[in-house]
Amino acid sequence: MIWDWDYTWDILPDLLRGLVVTVQATLVGSVVAMVLGLVFALLRRSRATPVRVVTGAVVEFIRSTPLLVQLYFLFFVLPSLGITLSGFLAGVIGLGVHYATYTSEVYRAGIEGVPRGQWEAATALNLPTSRVWRSVILPQAIPRVLPALGNYVIAMFKETPLLSAITVLEMLAVAKGLGSQTFRYLEPLTLVGLLFLLVSLPASLTVRRLERRYAR
Amino acid sequence: MHADKVADTEKLAKAIRVEPSAAREMVRFDKVVKRFGDNVVLRELDFHVRPGERITLIGPSGSGKTTILRLLMTIEKADGGKIHVDGECLTHSNRGGREVPADEKHIRTVRKKIGMVFQQFNLFPNMKVLRNVAEAPVHCLGLSRGEAEARATELLELVGLGAKLDAYPSQLSGGQQQRVAIARALAMQPKVLCLDEVTSALDPELVAEVLDVLRNIAASTDITMLCVTHEMKFARDVSDRVLMFDQGQIVEEAAPDKLFTQPEHQRTRTFLRALLEEH
Repeated sequence: MIWDWDYTWDILPDLLRGLVVTVQATLVGSVVAMVLGLVFALLRRSRATPVRVVTGAVVEFIRSTPLLVQLYFLFFVLPSLGITLSGFLAGVIGLGVHYATYTSEVYRAGIEGVPRGQWEAATALNLPTSRVWRSVILPQAIPRVLPALGNYVIAMFKETPLLSAITVLEMLAVAKGLGSQTFRYLEPLTLVGLLFLLVSLPASLTVRRLERRYAR
Repeated sequence: MHADKVADTEKLAKAIRVEPSAAREMVRFDKVVKRFGDNVVLRELDFHVRPGERITLIGPSGSGKTTILRLLMTIEKADGGKIHVDGECLTHSNRGGREVPADEKHIRTVRKKIGMVFQQFNLFPNMKVLRNVAEAPVHCLGLSRGEAEARATELLELVGLGAKLDAYPSQLSGGQQQRVAIARALAMQPKVLCLDEVTSALDPELVAEVLDVLRNIAASTDITMLCVTHEMKFARDVSDRVLMFDQGQIVEEAAPDKLFTQPEHQRTRTFLRALLEEH
């Protein structure tokens, strides 16, 4: 089997359209994971024990079950409960919620890394709790965890091919489609790998740079 | 910084504006108990501080001095007894004629009267100096950002840091950071100021600038001060009364001149001698 350049140029536009979907899913999924992860982290610090316990159980459950099963559940089971989601929507919710369980751990470490003296000073100044979080704790915790969050975004990016299982035409699904039409898999699948590399390599280097900047 | 001390004193008095108190006692501890696990830090401690009085707490580490300030600041919770501040109970509130442990809302209203300066400064590293001082007045005293910053600027000038408003705490020396922390505490207009070993973390040559600021504040305002310190000269100059602590109880209390020169108790004598040798 020899590499066919004409075929390569033919399929590249289709694959790039798939890459756009892949990137979109990653971005939307990341926003969900960043926001929900913070919510999980805060709820797990709640003063109300039931809130802490329930959140902990939910997070543990989601983290301990496979993402693919969760995606199937969102896409195939929810409709029978009257909730029908498009493949893309189910995909980004699945990715976001799953990764939120990881990012919540990252936030937790960042929050616990803020020295106790900061809380004490905030108490001494009588700052309301919500203000302490917004002005004092999170502005110190979040910059420190940005590299770790960045690594999860890259990990999520590399897991988006799972969405092909729920009809999302991301890059891998496009490549598989092309392959089954022409019975040539070499070019499409190689290109998928290269395109993934093309995005994730610079992203990893950026995160590495961030890490060095905040490593003090 | 000390070129115009008299003017400074007047300005300080105006800037800090300690409201006069109607209560006879500014701080009152009634049989206060504090335990950390099995370790009893305070055992049924009674003492009081009059409005405007300057108290120095001395004693070996672990004797409970710092815990007293932290209980008063509500950073720690008492395991027993009651604490009153300016005539109001800090630890309990009255609900339908019954006395119940104070809730967050009640604590917040009483806590307003108290300010604290910490050994490790505890400035907010993510905020510039000006915002460190102005942040709480905006959110807790209801001042506009502009008003709060004007007052913060005034206070920072009075502690000699008018040129550092736009610096981050990490760009300042320890002495400068501690002066910012003093301005930050005063910006909330507390009636009681708790000073927890405020010079212990400083390089020796930076201690004086912080103590000078505190002397100025003591000289020009009526603010009540509770001070945990090993700076005996400062304690002598500023305080009205010195309390010697050991094992969670007051061993001896007297005016500084008396306590430092003619201590009555053996425990006080050994402690002061050890302190002298150290310096």
